[in-house]
Amino acid sequence: MAAPGGFSGTDFKQEDTVFFGFTRTQLAAFAIMLAFIAISPFFLYPVFLMKVLCFALFACAFNLLIGYVGLLSFGHAAYFGMGGYLAGHAAKVWGLPPELAILIGGAVGAGLGLVIGAIAIRRQGIYFAMITLAFAQMVYFFCLQAEFTGGEDGIQAIPRGVLFGVFDLRSDMTMYWVVAAVFLIGFLLIHRIIHSPFGMVLKSIRENEPRATSLGYRTDDYKLMAFVLSAALSGVAGGTKAIVFGIATLTDVFWTMSGEVVLMSLVGGLGTIFGPVMGAAVIITMQNYLAEFGAWVTVIQGVIFVLCVLAFRRGIVGEIGNWLRVRL
Amino acid sequence: MSHETTRRAVLGAAATAPVWGALPYRSAKAQAANTIRIGVMNDQSGLYRDISGPGSTQAVRLAVQESGITQRGVNVEVVQADHQNRPDVGSTVVRQWIDRDGIDVIVDVPTSSVALAVNTIVRERNKVFLASGPATSDLTGAQCSPNTVHWTYDTWMLARGTGGAMVAAGGQTWFFITADYAFGHALERDTSEFVRQAGGRILGSVRTPFPGTTDFSSFLVQAQASRAQVVGLANAGGDTINSIKQAAEFGLTRRGVRLAGLLVFITDVHSLGLQTAQGLVLTETFYWDLNDRTRAFTQRLGPVPGNLRPSMVQAGCYSAVLHYLKAVGEMGVAAAKASGVDAVNRMKAMPTSDDAFGEGTIRPDGRKIHPAYLFQVKAPNESRYAWDYYTLLQTVPADQAFRPLAAGGCALVRS
Repeated sequence: MAAPGGFSGTDFKQEDTVFFGFTRTQLAAFAIMLAFIAISPFFLYPVFLMKVLCFALFACAFNLLIGYVGLLSFGHAAYFGMGGYLAGHAAKVWGLPPELAILIGGAVGAGLGLVIGAIAIRRQGIYFAMITLAFAQMVYFFCLQAEFTGGEDGIQAIPRGVLFGVFDLRSDMTMYWVVAAVFLIGFLLIHRIIHSPFGMVLKSIRENEPRATSLGYRTDDYKLMAFVLSAALSGVAGGTKAIVFGIATLTDVFWTMSGEVVLMSLVGGLGTIFGPVMGAAVIITMQNYLAEFGAWVTVIQGVIFVLCVLAFRRGIVGEIGNWLRVRL
Repeated sequence: MSHETTRRAVLGAAATAPVWGALPYRSAKAQAANTIRIGVMNDQSGLYRDISGPGSTQAVRLAVQESGITQRGVNVEVVQADHQNRPDVGSTVVRQWIDRDGIDVIVDVPTSSVALAVNTIVRERNKVFLASGPATSDLTGAQCSPNTVHWTYDTWMLARGTGGAMVAAGGQTWFFITADYAFGHALERDTSEFVRQAGGRILGSVRTPFPGTTDFSSFLVQAQASRAQVVGLANAGGDTINSIKQAAEFGLTRRGVRLAGLLVFITDVHSLGLQTAQGLVLTETFYWDLNDRTRAFTQRLGPVPGNLRPSMVQAGCYSAVLHYLKAVGEMGVAAAKASGVDAVNRMKAMPTSDDAFGEGTIRPDGRKIHPAYLFQVKAPNESRYAWDYYTLLQTVPADQAFRPLAAGGCALVRS
């Protein structure tokens, strides 16, 4: 699939990386994000912020694939949702501590990603998207029918548990710091991946796959690896969400969730590291604070999507970056 | 670091700023101790909008007005939200309502997955949950809570009403069209049991893929071939609507086969039209035209949004909030706000009485008890005025309408 326009241009100012692959501007943006994460729970509702962070990680994981490898997966709900189900099952039925439950969520995402990815990366563009969607629907039907998922009632009353046997997560603030840590680890991991030699190869595949092949890279292996990483991080995000809310339900494996993560990445800015975070924040904020307006939530979401495609195709962060001529 | 870079950094960071301003910060700190806050949460945009939606809020407002509690100096605030039938949205809203906005009572909440999530949160925070919209009988069974009253109906009662009473009303042989997921299976299983208990026979069943089945013709043909007197529709929402429409097209009902809808509301009948829905048999606990009291209630409520008559879910919201406010009036606002369990216990200790459901009680497991009614949808020529839709076939008395207390497996009952 062709790379979405805008972020591969050459008109950006050349900035040196100063720390951990960040340019100076990115570092400043990261510091502000960090400050926001640190301060916000004191004046915003922590449970809401945890939801934003879970979806931000999910969107970042998705963006790793579309933004940096140019693969549009339309089935990321499968990894997110299954991660949530297995993490919930682990915490509730097997009685595992939350840290293990979340890791199990990630492992399930990785496992599913390996199987689905191995088949899907053999095709490109719309076929790739359709294959991932088809597999995600299979996962959805599995979840609908399987015993352990509780069908349409979902897994309910998942205990938050005690982290490392020390931190009681029943307190929203403690839970918040854990989610913030999970998000930051995921975010920095993705950032690290993008700026590693491995990430350079991924970007070269995005720009011109035949050329990458001609240079001797086995592009399929790279794509699969990126797919598995993305799926694993989606699973971690789903698992964390299940632990936070104490529920894992069909909403998270349904195809609309796959669509929502596309919307988040698009609104924030594809192929920017801060874009998905921004997009997730905007979309979740809308869903949350416009809840009382009912049907208008979907209408407004639709309008924003149309506006985004028509007026600012690079997304919020992408446009700001383009305007300042820096990569964000 | 140059001046240039700093400026840019600030602007760059503004990347995350629009979100900050978009978050309205609602403070609940200044809440008066003398205010009861009611949060009505349901589906305001999707398939359950007509049975709950803004009409439920309207019913709650009527209950507040008629309770007379405001004349005694107690403030009551009613807010509403849309859970979009998504448990994560619903649980975020409810947590926020309780933690930040000082909401004392959550009302309605159709969609079982959301209701079960709300049930857990309300119990944790010791508030009150008046469930009118959800169907799952788990709310008074395995997942029963001392903070929850399940008001209007549940799956057990639907199966008992339609399955048991239907046999008594002359439907001896059954065939099921079942949506192939846990809810459909449970409905079929429960209903079959009641049919057998009442002396009826099950001739067969067919499972339809869920979701996504729009063509029910082959299933209806199988149902017809079985020569069953009753075709039970163990499905919900769009599936039920589609199967009823197609059954009408196939002329099933004209040939004397009776369709039994296991989860059909009056608003569904309204949107289907009598021509299509005629002959359908269903169970509800409230019908606006049932008696003088229900008519009086409907009159006072007025048309609900969409120019509809109230559904049983909306009537349940009215009845539940009215009873809750009576309990608050007796025990005092401070005590009711301090402990949801105490408020619910007080509600359980008082008999209920209102125009929508008549006289009733609340059981220790949180189950509200009232009669259920087996209705048959009228043919267009039998309907004499607007919304004259149902003929009453059978009344299931209150003591038989709901699952026996001991059979639910609720931990509150054993203790």
